[in-house]
Amino acid sequence: MAQNQSEIRYLTPPTVEIKKKKYCRFKKNKIKFIDYKDPEFLKKFLNEQGKILPRRITGTSLKYQRKVATAVKRARHIALLPYVTDMMK
Amino acid sequence: MLNHYETVFIVTPVLSEAQVKEAAEKFKALIIENGGKITNEENWGLRKLAYPIQKKSTGFYQLLQFEAPGETIEKLELNYRRDEKVIRFLTFRLDKHAYEYSIKRKGNLKASKEEK
Repeated sequence: MAQNQSEIRYLTPPTVEIKKKKYCRFKKNKIKFIDYKDPEFLKKFLNEQGKILPRRITGTSLKYQRKVATAVKRARHIALLPYVTDMMK
Repeated sequence: MLNHYETVFIVTPVLSEAQVKEAAEKFKALIIENGGKITNEENWGLRKLAYPIQKKSTGFYQLLQFEAPGETIEKLELNYRRDEKVIRFLTFRLDKHAYEYSIKRKGNLKASKEEK
């Protein structure tokens, strides 16, 4: 059993992703209000198509994720952010 | 009871600069007449819209921060809807965090104006 274990050779050594501890940037630097008027800041939470990134990627806590979501939707309403686009960044 | 509000509205780019100012004056007068007080006013000028609204891709952005009793908002929005120069508007009630943020923003906005 152990013998054929070592048989397996990988073409490329399996890269073990170092688990970066995700933190909520709003709790860390005490941001209390997310302004819907500056699109530059909100763009950090959107992907290329202009969709809102999920929490598991950005790591924000639930309370601030909802604030980000409403802020993005308000920015979209007054045409500061597009609803859908192809190359945003 | 006086609440803090913030309203952003977009005026069609077809108008001349004077007409845009006059539209902004009209809404400011409306707020003051209904017992409100304008705390801050910003004109972002002509800006490119993220998507075309009514077949136009640019618009004059105008921001008004003010304190007003609750009823004026209904009148304000009624006038927004009636006025065909305004193609998009958004009014927003500032809670305490938002209010502190707007004060800070006004502060560093003035600072940047002085630097210029």
